[in-house]
Amino acid sequence: MDFGPYLFVASLEGAITAAVLALTAVGLSIVFGIMRVVNVAHGEFFMLGAVIAWWITSLIAGHPALGFTVALVAAPIIVGVIAVVCNRLVLHKIDYEPERTIVATIGLLYVIQQTTLMTFGPEARPVEAPFNQRIALPWFEFGESGFALTWPWGLSTTTYKLAVIVAAIVILLILWLVMTRTKIGLIMRATQLDQEMAQAHGIAVGRVYALVFGLGAALAALGAVLVVPIQQAHYLMGGDPLLLSFIVVIIGGLGSVLGTVVAAILIGMSDGIISVFFTPTLAKILATLLVAFVLIFKPDGLFGKRRE
Amino acid sequence: MSIISTRGLSKHYSGLRAVNDVDFDLPEGQVRALIGPNGAGKTTFVGMLSGRIKSTSGSVSFLDTDVTELPAHKRMSMGMAYTFQITSVFANLSVHENVALAARRAIKGPAPVVNDKVMAVLEQVYLADRTGQIAGDLSYGHQRLLEIGMGLAQSPKLFILDEPTQGLSAAEVDGFIQLVKVLSENTTILLIEHNMDVVMQTAHYITVLNFGETLAEGTPEEIKSNAEVQTAYLGST
Amino acid sequence: MSQATRSVLLHSFVIALLVVMFFVLPEYHSGNLARILVLAVFAMGYNVLFGYTGLLSLGHALFFASGMYGLGLSIQFMQASPMLAMIIGLITAVVVSCVIGFLALRTTGVAFMIVTLMFAQAGFLTVLFFGKYTRGDEGFVIQRAQRSMFGFDLSQPFPRYFAALVLFSICLFLIAWLVHSRFGKTLVAIRENEQRARMLGYDVQRHKLVAVIISGTMSGAAGAAYALLFGYAGASFAAVQYSILPLLYVLLGGAGTTIGPLIGTVFMFYLIDISSEYTEAYMLIAGLVLILLTLFAPHGIAGLVRKKLVWLP
Ligand SMILES: Nc1ncnc2c1ncn2[C@@H]1O[C@H](COP(=O)(O)OP(=O)(O)OP(=O)(O)O)[C@@H](O)[C@H]1O
Ligand SMILES: [Mg+2]
Repeated sequence: MDFGPYLFVASLEGAITAAVLALTAVGLSIVFGIMRVVNVAHGEFFMLGAVIAWWITSLIAGHPALGFTVALVAAPIIVGVIAVVCNRLVLHKIDYEPERTIVATIGLLYVIQQTTLMTFGPEARPVEAPFNQRIALPWFEFGESGFALTWPWGLSTTTYKLAVIVAAIVILLILWLVMTRTKIGLIMRATQLDQEMAQAHGIAVGRVYALVFGLGAALAALGAVLVVPIQQAHYLMGGDPLLLSFIVVIIGGLGSVLGTVVAAILIGMSDGIISVFFTPTLAKILATLLVAFVLIFKPDGLFGKRRE
Repeated sequence: MSIISTRGLSKHYSGLRAVNDVDFDLPEGQVRALIGPNGAGKTTFVGMLSGRIKSTSGSVSFLDTDVTELPAHKRMSMGMAYTFQITSVFANLSVHENVALAARRAIKGPAPVVNDKVMAVLEQVYLADRTGQIAGDLSYGHQRLLEIGMGLAQSPKLFILDEPTQGLSAAEVDGFIQLVKVLSENTTILLIEHNMDVVMQTAHYITVLNFGETLAEGTPEEIKSNAEVQTAYLGST
Repeated sequence: MSQATRSVLLHSFVIALLVVMFFVLPEYHSGNLARILVLAVFAMGYNVLFGYTGLLSLGHALFFASGMYGLGLSIQFMQASPMLAMIIGLITAVVVSCVIGFLALRTTGVAFMIVTLMFAQAGFLTVLFFGKYTRGDEGFVIQRAQRSMFGFDLSQPFPRYFAALVLFSICLFLIAWLVHSRFGKTLVAIRENEQRARMLGYDVQRHKLVAVIISGTMSGAAGAAYALLFGYAGASFAAVQYSILPLLYVLLGGAGTTIGPLIGTVFMFYLIDISSEYTEAYMLIAGLVLILLTLFAPHGIAGLVRKKLVWLP
């Protein structure tokens, strides 16, 4: 394949990474923005989403689309409920104190991951996509006869991959509507602005926190369900989404949802393209260093404005 | 000779002029009271003297050295001591260790020398019988006294006190007044104080701050009879 | 009895007990104990920063690995003697902790935790990236012939145990001394109330930097000793898990106490050792212990004991 078409495929793959990453990272971002805690177990909620999706689809016989649709609805709800329970049993008890919360969520990370290892096992397991037609993609060339469309061999994608991108956009739009147009969204934003004021105005902050923590985990799970037909479910799959979400949330400006989405698109797209030029390990080294240096020298994110 | 002085010192918080263009001179050996209504900018002003708060513009000089760019800890080791308006002690450490931490930084001598200083200071602030107690367990008034003790232990040249008598009992306030009188023999003192009794009994000279600017300066008598000060401050209390 | 005498007595007793242990315990357990002593040095290094200075790092695997690879690679590729390799390992750790300290200390709190985590992750990935030399996850073995020091073959149980004990004892007394020094007391002041310590005239930033360097170097010494005594260096020692373990040891044993790290390491090591006989998901135990500690015993075992014996250093 020529370089041009190759880059085109890489950016399509990047768009999928970006779409899933945006969902996962927005989950982490609203938890940080509203509750002011860093959830290190966030990647495990992602992993749980994929594993539960595998479990549900393996239970339901018939057309793969049936099982997948059930999983798409049920897995995020189940993961959300698990997160709410974790919130109630652990985070709530330590009063969301920032440093202890990190330590406790590291504990949760191991508990969730290792419990999955004991029950689900160490294998990677595939989930069948609900639909999966191959689509050949056109490329343009300036040949002797001028401008021409060609269909280079290997330049293709699938309907499912395109659907993932569309689904992520729709979900993010719905989330945006909920946050800006509904009472629940208003309550969440009020809590984010000033927790004590919210409390004084009769908002049950404890319940908002439970809801937010559950929602954050459910978004990660949703991203995982969407990606699992492409990627397979595995008990260690939470590590990369966690790292990438961290990068995105920090670069986008801690707690800023819009910044997070923009950064997710940037990082997701460049992840696909960078891996054309660098080995994945080098790309990850650069990414982790980027997070560290942004936190050190530009703590409000690359797009954030300085607050005093 | 001024021990500390400022020129055009300002602190602006996104539009709010907490302190604006203050010229201030404090002669060595004086007890100066800094008064003004709530929110006048007193804490912000001494914060900039001590280096705890970075100024927006203007300069501070201490002992004839320009310290505007010096971090707080360097200014302290030049001979300043600072007590916080909001009590700030090492709540989990003993009373003795609290004062010892202050003394150790100022006296580079061996442990027994530090210990003598600590005991002498605890005597002065009426805490000698509580050396082993955990600071956080002390009553509020005793914590205020401990805070003052931590300043004393540094044997400062300039001692800045931000509302030291807030929350003290009448007897403790009297004790504090005596303490300031003794100290003033060899220490310059800058005292933020709302209690006018304390001000009138201890201060040689008074600076009145209002809306971040110097409203008036003068002896206690002059300030008492200043009409502007009356309306801005004294009248309202 | 003065505080200092009591401290010397207590620590000498602990070391005497450890000497006796070698002769009393069956070989399997004394072998474990040698490992525990080295890991306890790691935990003591971690404790300088977390327990005494109040800085929670999530990246100490980087320091451990610096010592480990500083020693391991110089033996492997420069045929360095164990003594020289040890020194190279320590220097590597000093340099790495200077750089990390200088950069990471510009942040505080949660940002400090994430920055240290990211630097350590970058270090881990670097080990993988140079897989040609480090052999990545698989790691490399340091031959027995290259592991004798002063005529002692460190691959043998007896010299190995006592080499570990010597390192442990040096670090234990160093920390006991540090805690009673001006410097150590200032670190505690910074942990308790940074703002106040600064307004007493202490250079907080410089103290923190020195604390990172002491902590990082001690952790690096543990890493170097681990490679030398057990003859292996691998990327897993640079991974996140080895940043979490010292935190776990110190939290369990008691942060800000001299012997807490040893106690925590002994308990945690055996908890993991025993549970790994039953399941490959042995890190489940680590996770549960972390959660239970944050919930119910933030001061650890030594912290509970100290409630009864206030003089415990
Ligand atoms: N960090 C800050 N950010 C924004 N505004 C501030 C900040 N600190 C102080 N201010 C404002 O600056 C003004 C001066 O505050 P300051 O604390 O110096 O007053 P004060 O004279 O010490 O008052 P009080 O007698 O109540 O102690 C106030 O209006 C206060 O709200
Ligand atoms: Mg004030």
